[in-house]
Amino acid sequence: MPDTSNDAGPDAAEADGDEAAAPEPERRYGVLVSHSRGQAVLHPSRDELVALVRDLRDDEGFRVCVDVTAVDYKAYGSPRDLPPGIEPERFEVVVGLLSHATAERLRIRVQVPESDPTCPSLFDVHPGVEALEREVSDMFGVVFEDHPDPTRILMPEDWEGHPLRKDHPTGEIPVQFKGVQNAR
Amino acid sequence: MGWDVSKGLEGLDHNAITGRLEDVVRWARRRSSWPATFGLACCALEMMGAGGAHYDLARFGMEVFRASPRQADIMIVAGRVSQKMAPVLRQIHDQMMEPKWVISMGVCASSGGMFNNYALVQGVDQIVPVDVYAPGCPPGPETLIHAINTLHEEIASGEVLRRRQQTGAGAGIHVGQRDGQPEPQAVSVAGKR
Amino acid sequence: MSNVHAMGTDEGTQEMGPRRGAGARELMRELGCVLRMSEADAAALADQEPEEDEETTILNMGPQHPSTHGVLRLMLELEGETVLRSKPIIGYLHTGMEKTGENLTYLQGPTNVTRMDYAAPLFNELVFSLSTETLLGIDEDIPPRAQWIRMLLCELNRMSSHLLFLATNGLDLGAVSMMIFGWREREETLRLLEMITGLRMNHNFIRPGGVAADLPDGWRDAVLRVLDLVAPRLEEYDVLMTGQPIWRERLQGVGVITPDEAIALGATGPILRSTGVAWDLRKADPYLFYDQLDFGVVVGSYGDCFDRYAIRLNEVRESMGIVRQILDAMPAGDYRIQDRKVTPPPRGRIDESMEALIHHFKIFTEGFKVPAGEVYRAVESPRGELGCYIVSDGSSKPYRMHIRGPSFVNLQTLPHMLRGGLIADAVAVISSADPIMGEVDR
Repeated sequence: MPDTSNDAGPDAAEADGDEAAAPEPERRYGVLVSHSRGQAVLHPSRDELVALVRDLRDDEGFRVCVDVTAVDYKAYGSPRDLPPGIEPERFEVVVGLLSHATAERLRIRVQVPESDPTCPSLFDVHPGVEALEREVSDMFGVVFEDHPDPTRILMPEDWEGHPLRKDHPTGEIPVQFKGVQNAR
Repeated sequence: MGWDVSKGLEGLDHNAITGRLEDVVRWARRRSSWPATFGLACCALEMMGAGGAHYDLARFGMEVFRASPRQADIMIVAGRVSQKMAPVLRQIHDQMMEPKWVISMGVCASSGGMFNNYALVQGVDQIVPVDVYAPGCPPGPETLIHAINTLHEEIASGEVLRRRQQTGAGAGIHVGQRDGQPEPQAVSVAGKR
Repeated sequence: MSNVHAMGTDEGTQEMGPRRGAGARELMRELGCVLRMSEADAAALADQEPEEDEETTILNMGPQHPSTHGVLRLMLELEGETVLRSKPIIGYLHTGMEKTGENLTYLQGPTNVTRMDYAAPLFNELVFSLSTETLLGIDEDIPPRAQWIRMLLCELNRMSSHLLFLATNGLDLGAVSMMIFGWREREETLRLLEMITGLRMNHNFIRPGGVAADLPDGWRDAVLRVLDLVAPRLEEYDVLMTGQPIWRERLQGVGVITPDEAIALGATGPILRSTGVAWDLRKADPYLFYDQLDFGVVVGSYGDCFDRYAIRLNEVRESMGIVRQILDAMPAGDYRIQDRKVTPPPRGRIDESMEALIHHFKIFTEGFKVPAGEVYRAVESPRGELGCYIVSDGSSKPYRMHIRGPSFVNLQTLPHMLRGGLIADAVAVISSADPIMGEVDR
């Protein structure tokens, strides 16, 4: 439901003279929201993330952080499904929240640019993201500021590169299948 | 009677007496070889199933899975070996006392399996010498027992040592999968398996 | 080609420093993150250095150790036998499955994800299939019989996973015969699954669009046989373990976690339910047809290892009740959706129809295309909330496939549960958390 009582971006100014005015981008909890297959997705900026998650935990009942992961959109072959006003960046950090009281789920997608792959850590709000954020920084190279233990968690300590980035090769060995002789 | 002491009992030029002794030693080795616990992933569950009541490794003298590699004879590498785990695998293998054998259980241990990527060692024979490869994903307890029986037969006949000299590493015997077979299959050393 | 010489046998530099060196801020984050300790309290705690003559030992447990929970490495800081701090170190089973998933089509996807939580493989396949179906927009159109077959298989898998837990829990605490008993029951369940799906483990049976094949003839009798076999043996386990004083001494009061701690750390599944929070996705956020079934959510009250053991034992009973209801309610019909773009045609048709041949070819080589978008679906696996987040870009392979493994998040509760206990309790606590390293490391 479009919320017309907030100071949204350029659409408010254009609505005056335009007959078929673009609807106000939908907002919830103060940030833009989109819907994907019936699931609500919030789009805060990196600076708004921690405050948003803290408010959701304290005021709205989303006490459980279910998942923190990331996506590297470098090779994405479709237009990005983002609400107007959000600049698409290479990395997205995706946070999943859950409310036990209402069994409601929320997804938060934060754009993280390639030039500055950092994101504030949610550890102080949800301690359960410690391992999840370590995995994201190991696999994608997104550095979580103020994380208590920013070391690699899945790959060996001295591994170079971030495996889930699209420019990291899968590392397959080319295999030519021949008939197996003399299998016992 | 020449004796290359560095090779232990195998270095003896056998006469009638020491040949018999050799046979006795080999008989004892195959009857009571203890596996080291090296269950990594899904294959570990099938390995534990082989030790369970339905399949029962105890009848082959192998129900005691020793946790300490110093007390173990066979290392059954059951599961996928990641890059981080590879040094650990080597360390455990090095800690085992001679004579020791390695069974590579499952396709991930034998060749990397379905995971042909950066994260796995594509076959533990890159790290430890493998004597028997058991295929399957995971190999059922019947296949594992077939691999173990094959290894035992090879130990008893001395074949495993001959093959090791040939390859320079492990004996490298491939067994077939035996899961779901309607009748038990006999294991024989000579000829195709 | 062997680079063994270059490879050191050191396991890596993931260290844990002794507590003596930890400052107030680190202590506040370590202890206070869930207890919401104030800064003044943390500073006071940091000032309480251990006595000069009490040395603490840092001990390494694993990654290869006799506790049968896979390749988990635990660094423990000990004072005598008491655990002061601990740090789980994982990654020894990292298989790059999420990267592999980006190179496999959606039909091949279940083969990959099924090997993550290898004790309950059908759940991985289920959550992947549900995510794919939601992206495709066909999740309402899956035939009821397919959904009921999925529920039947998942509940049987829950039984076999919990029997595995009972067996390994018993073994870790010294009840070696429990290992044999648990595997005996698990074998029967695995044989039943082999009869239905063709494989004992890693079945690749639940696929986007339904299941791979219909139930075979005689499945009802086979399922009833297993249920009648397992039920009295659960009573035996109650006698062997639940009422036994040694068992109670070892598990009661060990590894206690409070509800707030569990929720703050993101724990789900039996760990969360043992604290008293009655959260089960099958009831709270039902998927498939669980809302049509009558079963209870088993909840503990003390948050200790005994509660977790009792919860899983009783969940086996609940699952058996669910399976009986499914036996009665199984509808007739298709076992997979008839949409030819998603489901391969029956093999017989390939000889008759050119269109069927082309569809078969396209589905198995190129794969079916899934519209762009992203979705997160979750199911209740024996270990907790198992989720799958798929981002699709309109091609036939997932652009990003992420599995939220419950054990990965549950392992964060280990340092809290181990603190203050003995090493022997550490074995009991790890066992009661029931981690499967395949889904921790993926």
